[in-house]
Amino acid sequence: MSGVLFLIPIALFMGLLGLGAFIWAAKTGQFDDPVGAANRILIDEDKPL
Amino acid sequence: MTAADFLTRGPDWSLSPERQQVSKFDDLGVFVTRQGKQQHLELNVSGAKCGACMAKIENGVRALEGVSESRLNLSTGRFNVTWSGALPASKIAETIEGLGYGVGTVSDSDADEARRKEERGLLIAMGVAAFAAANIMLLSVSVWGDVGEMGGRTRQILHAISGIIAFPAIAFSGRPFFRSAWNVLRRGRANMDVPISLAVTLAFGVSVAETIRGGEHAYFDASVMLLFFLLIGRFLEARVRRRAGAAANDLLAMSNRAVTRLDKSGEATRVNAAAIAEGDMILLSQGERAVVDLELCDDICELDESLVTGETAPRSVSAGARIYAGSVNIAQPVRAKALSRASNSLLADISRMLEAGEQRRSSYRYIADKAVSLYVPFVHTTALLTFTGWLIAGAGIREALLIAISTLIITCPCALALAAPVAHVVAAGKLFSNGIFLKSGDALERLASVDHIVLDKTGTLSVGQPRVAEQTDRDLLADAALLARASSHPLSRAIVAAACPGPIAPGVREIPGQGLEATIDGAVWRLGSAAWAGGEDAAGTVRGLYLRQGNAEPRVIHFEDEIIPGTQDGLRTLTSRGYELEILSGDTADRVSKVASELGIGTFTAGVSPKEKTDRLEALRSEGHKVLMVGDGLNDAGALAMAHAAVAPGTAVDLSQSASDAVYAGGIGALPLLLTVARRTKAVMLQNFWFAALYNLVAIPIAVTGHATPLVAAIAMSLSSMAVSLNALRLASIRKGT
Repeated sequence: MSGVLFLIPIALFMGLLGLGAFIWAAKTGQFDDPVGAANRILIDEDKPL
Repeated sequence: MTAADFLTRGPDWSLSPERQQVSKFDDLGVFVTRQGKQQHLELNVSGAKCGACMAKIENGVRALEGVSESRLNLSTGRFNVTWSGALPASKIAETIEGLGYGVGTVSDSDADEARRKEERGLLIAMGVAAFAAANIMLLSVSVWGDVGEMGGRTRQILHAISGIIAFPAIAFSGRPFFRSAWNVLRRGRANMDVPISLAVTLAFGVSVAETIRGGEHAYFDASVMLLFFLLIGRFLEARVRRRAGAAANDLLAMSNRAVTRLDKSGEATRVNAAAIAEGDMILLSQGERAVVDLELCDDICELDESLVTGETAPRSVSAGARIYAGSVNIAQPVRAKALSRASNSLLADISRMLEAGEQRRSSYRYIADKAVSLYVPFVHTTALLTFTGWLIAGAGIREALLIAISTLIITCPCALALAAPVAHVVAAGKLFSNGIFLKSGDALERLASVDHIVLDKTGTLSVGQPRVAEQTDRDLLADAALLARASSHPLSRAIVAAACPGPIAPGVREIPGQGLEATIDGAVWRLGSAAWAGGEDAAGTVRGLYLRQGNAEPRVIHFEDEIIPGTQDGLRTLTSRGYELEILSGDTADRVSKVASELGIGTFTAGVSPKEKTDRLEALRSEGHKVLMVGDGLNDAGALAMAHAAVAPGTAVDLSQSASDAVYAGGIGALPLLLTVARRTKAVMLQNFWFAALYNLVAIPIAVTGHATPLVAAIAMSLSSMAVSLNALRLASIRKGT
C-alpha cells in the first residue's frame, strides 16, 4: 500500500508532463498540418559530402 | 501614372500574353504585410499533393533573394513566406507558378480565425479529457478488479484521487457543453447538451458524495469518458467545417481583389478592396470586375452583368448609372464612385428575399433534433420514475438517488450525440476530397430528400463567355480575327480563340459600344454591331458580330453559349436517377432554348427576374416538390435561400455562396456524387439512431433494476460509441461513379 502512495503521484506527474507537451504542441500549431508533417520526414535536406 | 493618362491612353495593344500574365500578379503587393524590414505574404497554392511537391515549392522560393522563411501547409494549401529586401511579391507567385502549381490569394477573414481558435480549444479540451479518463480508468480498474482483499479505506483513497483528477478536467473540458446547455435553457428550450451536462455533473456530484461516505461505486470515470467521446465528435466536426469554409472562401477570393483608387490629384494607387470607403473614386479598367457597388462618373461604360442578372449580352450604361458589384467592365477604363451597400435597391431587395428564405429553412426539423426532443423527456422521466419507484419499494433516498443517476449515465447520450456528427464528418471529408465544400453537415439531410432540380443557365450550365458557333466559315473567322486580335472585348476574344494564330491588322481603332475599325489594303474594314458594320439585323435579336470589308455585303458571325465540360454526363446521370430537371434563366429565350435542347432538358423558362425565380420555387414547393436550386448569380441568391436545398459553383458571387448549403469546384458533374453521399449519409444516420434507441432498450432495464455498476456503464458507453463511429466510416467507401 505504501508503494502505491508514491507510485500514483509519480504516474500522475508523468502523465501531466505528457499533457503539458500536448497542450504546448496544440498551441504552437504542431497539429495544423498533419499531411505535411508526415511528408516532411521524407525530404532529404542533407547536402552530399 | 495619373488617371488622365490612363483614360486617354486607352487599352495598350502592345501587351504580349506573357506581359499580361505578369500584371496578374502585380497586385499581390497589396496583400503583403510588413513588420519592420520583414515582409510577409500568405498565398493559396493548389496542385501540391506530396512531399516532393512541397520540397520543390519551398526550396524554389527559398532560393530567391532575401527569403528567410518559406513553408507550405500541405493540409490546407496555404503557403507562408517571409522575406526582406526588394524582392517583389509577384516574383514569388511567378516562381511557384513556374514550377507548375496554381497560385491564388487568400481571403483571411475574422470568421476563419474564430473557427481556428474554436478548433484548437476543442483539441486541447479533448486532450485534457483523454488524460483524465486514462488516469481515472487506471485507478478504477484496480477498484473493479478487487475480489475482496482491498480495504474500504484504500478504495476511498483511490476514489478520492479520481475525484481530484476529474474535477479540473470536467470544469475545463465540459465548458463547451455547459455553455451551450445554459444558453438554450435560458430560452426555455433543450438541446443535446442539456442531458450531457446533467449526466456529467450529477455523476460527478453523486460520486463525490459516495467517496466522502466511503461507498462502493464512484462514477468519475464514466463522467470524464463521456466528455472525451463527445469531444472527439465535436473536434472532428469543427475541423471539417473550418477546412470546407476556408476552401470555399478561397474559391471566392477572385484574383481581382485589388482595386485602383484615385485620389484628388488624380494619382492612382492599388489598394485592397476592403480598404475602399463610400465616396472613393475608383478606376475600373478594362476586364476588371467591380468588387463594390459603383456609380459611373464617365459618359459611357459597357458592362458584362452575367453574374448579376444572368443576362449574357453586354449592357451599355451612361453617367450616373449604378454598376453593381460583380459586373465586369468590358470596354475602355472608366472612373466611378464607390457607393455604400445599404443604399442599393437591388441588393436590399435580394437581402430581403434571403432573409425570408433563411427563415423557411430554419423551420426544417432535422432527424437529430427530433431524436433529442424524444430522448430528453424520455430519459428524464425514466430517471424520475426510477427514483420514485425505488422509494416506494422501500429503498432509502440515497440508494434510490444512486440508481436513478446511474440510469441517467448509462442511457448516456454518447451514441445519440455521435450518431449524426460522425456521419457528417466522414461524408464532408469524402466530398471535400472531390471538390465539394459542405457548409454544414445538416445540409446533407435536406439534400437527401430532393426530387426536383432547378438550374440556372449562365455560370452554372454554360461558361459566362460566348463561343463562336460551330458552323461558322473559317475564312470569315480568319478575316475577323485580323481586327479582333487587337481587342479584349469578350466577343473579340471568342473570335481569336476560334481562329488560328495569325497577324494583327495595323492601326485598329476601338469605338466603345460600337466595334473595331481598320484600313486594310485601302479598304475600310469594320467589325462590330449591326449598326456599326451596316448589317441588316438592327433590332439585335441575333447575337452576332458583323464584319464589313470595304463595300462588300456585311457577313455575320454567330455566337453561342459554351457548355461547361462534364455537364452533359452529370445531367444524364441525374435524369437516370429520376430527378426532374428544369432551367430557370434570366437570359433571352433563344439562348436558353438552345442550351436546353443541347443538354436534353425539356422544361425551361427564360427571361426570369429574381422575383419570378422565387415565385417559381414557391409554386413547386406548394406542389409538394423538394427543390434543389443550383445557381451562381446575384439574381439567383433569393431563389437559393428559398429552396429546400441549394448548391452554388465556386465561381458564384459572395451572396449566392452564402445562401447555399454547398459550394463545388468544376462543373455540374459534381452533383450526382453529392446527392449519393447525401442519401447514404442520411441512411447511416438513421441506422445510428436506431442503434442508439436499441441500445437504450437493453441498457435501461439493467440500470432501472439497479445493476448498472460503474464497470457496466464504462463498457456500455465505449461499445455503443464505437459501433456508431464504425458504421459511419462505411461512408468513406462510396466511389465516384456510384
